[in-house]
Amino acid sequence: MGWIGKSVKRSDAKSKVMGAALYIDDYGYEGMLHAATVRSPYPRARIKKIDFSQAQKVPGFVRGITAKDVPGKNLWPLVMHDYPFLAEREAKFAGEAVALVAAESLQAARDAAAATRLLLEELPCVTDPLQALKKSAPRVYGRDNVFARYVVKKGDVAKGFEEADAVAEGIFTTGYQMQAYLETQGMIAFPESHGGVTLYGSMQCPYYVHDAVAAALGIAYNKVRVVQRSTGGGFGGKEDMPALVGTHAALAAVLTGRPVKLIYDRREDFISMSRRHPSWTQLRYGAKRDGALTACQAKFILDAGAYATLSPIVLWRGTVHAAGPYRIPHVLIESCAAATHKAPCGAFRGFGQPQSAFAHESLIDELALKLDMDPLDFRLKNALRVGDETATGQKLGESCGMVDALEEVRDASDWKKKRADYPAWKSGGARRRGIGVAANYYGVSLGARGRYLDRAAAQVQIQPDGTVMVAIGNTEIGQGARTVISQIAAESLNAPYEHIQVLETDTSRVPDSGPTVASRTTLMSGNAVLNACEPLRRRIFETAQEMLKKKGGAETPMSASDGKFSVAAAEVGFAEVARECYLRKLKMAEQGWYSAPPTSFDTETGQGDAYVTYAYSANVAEVEVDAETGETKVTKVTSAHDIGKVINPNAAEGQIEGGIVQALGYAFIEEIIEREGQVVNPNFTDYILPASADAPEFKTILLEHPYPAGPYGAKGLAESPIIGPAPAALNALRHACGVRLSHIPAMPEAIWKAVKHGDQKKQ
Amino acid sequence: MKPSNKGRKSAVAAIKVQDGWMTVETTVNGARQSWKIRPDDFLLDALRREGFKGAKKGCETGDCGSCAVLLDGKAVASCLLLAAQSQDREITTIEGLGTPSEPHPLQEAFVDTGGIQCGFCIPGMILSAKALLDRTPSPTEAEIRRALDGVLCRCTGYVKQVQAVKLAAERKK
Ligand code: FES
Ligand code: FES
Repeated sequence: MGWIGKSVKRSDAKSKVMGAALYIDDYGYEGMLHAATVRSPYPRARIKKIDFSQAQKVPGFVRGITAKDVPGKNLWPLVMHDYPFLAEREAKFAGEAVALVAAESLQAARDAAAATRLLLEELPCVTDPLQALKKSAPRVYGRDNVFARYVVKKGDVAKGFEEADAVAEGIFTTGYQMQAYLETQGMIAFPESHGGVTLYGSMQCPYYVHDAVAAALGIAYNKVRVVQRSTGGGFGGKEDMPALVGTHAALAAVLTGRPVKLIYDRREDFISMSRRHPSWTQLRYGAKRDGALTACQAKFILDAGAYATLSPIVLWRGTVHAAGPYRIPHVLIESCAAATHKAPCGAFRGFGQPQSAFAHESLIDELALKLDMDPLDFRLKNALRVGDETATGQKLGESCGMVDALEEVRDASDWKKKRADYPAWKSGGARRRGIGVAANYYGVSLGARGRYLDRAAAQVQIQPDGTVMVAIGNTEIGQGARTVISQIAAESLNAPYEHIQVLETDTSRVPDSGPTVASRTTLMSGNAVLNACEPLRRRIFETAQEMLKKKGGAETPMSASDGKFSVAAAEVGFAEVARECYLRKLKMAEQGWYSAPPTSFDTETGQGDAYVTYAYSANVAEVEVDAETGETKVTKVTSAHDIGKVINPNAAEGQIEGGIVQALGYAFIEEIIEREGQVVNPNFTDYILPASADAPEFKTILLEHPYPAGPYGAKGLAESPIIGPAPAALNALRHACGVRLSHIPAMPEAIWKAVKHGDQKKQ
Repeated sequence: MKPSNKGRKSAVAAIKVQDGWMTVETTVNGARQSWKIRPDDFLLDALRREGFKGAKKGCETGDCGSCAVLLDGKAVASCLLLAAQSQDREITTIEGLGTPSEPHPLQEAFVDTGGIQCGFCIPGMILSAKALLDRTPSPTEAEIRRALDGVLCRCTGYVKQVQAVKLAAERKK
């Protein structure tokens, strides 16, 4: 293979280092207005009046917009259809959009928003998810404040625990985490003469924006066009949310007849956009004396916030993976997403799995200790292998690298020795060392719960000069989609990699290809591109063959590599062949399509094929803890990832390293402080992100258990790396200090207290 | 990366304000500029308005470093500085670093090591690294990490960026 498996340079790198890449706030149009959002300050309030009379006095004010001005349906067509674009009678979280203003400048828009008077009546609210599930709780959603419930039931869990010789149980909780993409949300809407609108902006999922804008404006789909601009990070935070931001911009544009820019400042991004769900998990595992797991029982609750957004799907992913990547005969998992009067939680890299994995990987460690087994050996003994069944009863027929990943990290990290040596390690004073492991799997793409969306389109055009334009429906959000797609197209066509240009994603170019989420782009868009390339490849190869024949190279079979075709000494380049194809009037553009194979899943029992395939990761983390301050430094993370065929090793490493640092932020430093429904620290001054000095040393191992239905055997990668490092680090802390922290983020004070308490107990 | 203003008070004080507007004279990427600004305009906004879009806005509170530019060779958060404070000083933005055909060694090195994902932090990263290399041509890894500490990257995990700075330093030798 020529381009596959090569660390070619990213196709967008040059423009990004030159400062030439343009993000949405870098664009402007003649006559463009700026919009700003008026938000409810209370967790729950009845809206009595919205008064723009003071706002109108702000020089440059153009108009105010409320729910009454929404020409179409004031309900976002997303999963549960419960979120109004602008709150109408009741606002359900502090920060919810109640009105918009459009003005001649950004400053005027912000001043006018501040001058807009809301007459609100504060109502009783509930901000704790366990309270929200009680009968007496104030209503957030439906009759019981539950957005979704799931069950995964395999075997007979009571019998499983009877068979167990050892049982471990515990309650684990996780806090919020912000996606904290460096570029805040932003959109520009441009009103079109046909009455429709074109949107440009920062986003992962243009088709979600398309759906929402058409619904809110009450216009046909063919009058909406959505174009993605360079996007400064997403991590799930730009999955559904840009549809809300885009709809607001579109409303303002259509109602004023002028282009409108709407860019969030960091504070409003913090208080109103989605974030990772806090979670509560009660978990029990049982195992035989020899270490074989017999049973797993879990109750898994997510704090979803005021509107459902993607919570049902996040919950589903967290639920089906909640037993961990192990062979367990008896499983019972029950889960629910509780509605509370807080900002809606939604998609964030890992999508419910970092929460459930924190619980299962912490408790697996405890059970290993109870059985007096090495935690890594214990995992190895139970790890899923080809032929095994997952918790949902899905039989793994192929491409399962869990054991491989665990063995690799064990050897590469020098696990046995460090596990034995670290407890005795002392360095002047109170510093201690520990090493811990975690294993996880990740269902690639949308799976049974999102199967209607699991399709992707592509368009490939070969130009007369031999360059190639590729359009896909998934987006480049920094993960390297355009680079990987270029490699796949180059490989298939035998075109030089540099000749491929993957265009900005535009809903008018290719049909709805579902979202850019769930580590699905390489698999889905990659396959769609291959499908489009297939007939083009045939034409290119046949033409090349005939050209070579004329050049006298007739006998031996043609070889094709590096953009060149040759027979014996005769050779033609891709560009020459492309030109010849045009002269022969061959069709040089094709559409491609790929849809995921059907899954069989029974939602009553939670049994069936949850996902088409899985990626597998193992992480070993090493920590140094200062017992006197609780300060914990993760010094090294050794990780191994089975992601199928690796298309671009350098880009894959980048995804892994970035995912690990995000995971360590989740484990130790990133904390949203929320009091009575208000975010107390909505800024980077008080919500701390890992900086370069916090990054550990990495040892990254890529494993390839090819997935036959993936492009060149690829599966998917982006999310698996964020799932395991947090529990691995907390397991290392357990090893270093002998204490189990059952909540993340584990802040220094909590660690210090736990260590002190643990030390006292020992004495 | 907090701005320093030592000995600059007089230059700023000399600017006259008329009808709420003032004119600052500054040098950006070697070219003399004369900007009509409001006294409370921030340098980041002024730069972006004047077309230097490579300076990004990530937080406006001085915490993320996306807006970093060089002021007399030092990396500063342009979102915290008033535009008026750039009077008679030299600013370097990412646009002033290299050209597509002749990129700066740091720009090349970031491409080569793969230290780029979404790209939003990159201008600030590269400029902060430049301030370091101009001062310390052969920095240690710890020095590099310290120099980049004021710039947040949510995508990469920083290693490939640290490697890029090392590589650029080696190539410059
Ligand atoms: S925008 Fe200036 S530091 Fe973040
Ligand atoms: S590359 Fe995205 S923030 Fe650094």
